[in-house]
Amino acid sequence: MDRIPILQMARTLLVTVQVDMHDQLAVRLLDDLTTMITKTRARGVVIDISALDMVDSFIGRMIADVAATSRILDAQTVLVGMQPAVAITLVELGMALPGVRTALDVERGMEMLDDHGDH
Amino acid sequence: MTTAITDPDRPVIRVEIAGSEDVVVVRQRAREQAHRVGFSLLEATKLVTAASELARNTLEHGGGGYAEIEICTAGVRRGVRMRFVDEGPGIPDVEQAMRDGYTTGKGLGLGLGGSRRLVNEFQIETSAKRGTQITVVRWK
Repeated sequence: MDRIPILQMARTLLVTVQVDMHDQLAVRLLDDLTTMITKTRARGVVIDISALDMVDSFIGRMIADVAATSRILDAQTVLVGMQPAVAITLVELGMALPGVRTALDVERGMEMLDDHGDH
Repeated sequence: MTTAITDPDRPVIRVEIAGSEDVVVVRQRAREQAHRVGFSLLEATKLVTAASELARNTLEHGGGGYAEIEICTAGVRRGVRMRFVDEGPGIPDVEQAMRDGYTTGKGLGLGLGGSRRLVNEFQIETSAKRGTQITVVRWK
């Protein structure tokens, strides 16, 4: 079964999406992340989508769901690396991803978590 | 809707849509056609995103079907035309279905209305008997 790997670094989880995700793969990632946050008591999740050349409403919703779910589980989610063309298209599609924190790259995403967390 | 004619020198790419992996294939084929026409990265991204939304609509609401993706011309203009065809239950109220936030499925209801904003031409033919056919064009 296809899975997107989740790396654990101290109390931060790092996901690098490198394949063009079909819907079921995106749903599985949300499930896996939720489980991992609880199991590892993670305080932060960084999702790197710099390799994605498209984010549609389904993947966008998955990202928003990860952010909302992690917040309830006391973890912050930062979305990093979105390509400019993807960002413009997503907004035009009608998805501005409210409530999702973003950073330009993984390094800045990690810094953002450090500033807020005690992890 | 349109004066666009199929470019006779370029093949029509047909993709069967029966599962969520096929939506990914539709995206890839749309991107290939966008490259052939010489779309910018942003133009290609918009086309591919619209393709993804419409292919998912064919899958989720139409119960599957197929897509045809071709290069079209109108005078000196070139573009990509995509047709999504299913034999599902049809869309009872098209105007309502086009509205943002309206959904009968698992999505956010941005599929139809959102994809219309990402293309230059958008046409729906739908009936309970014959299913739904959505045709879109994005010009370079």
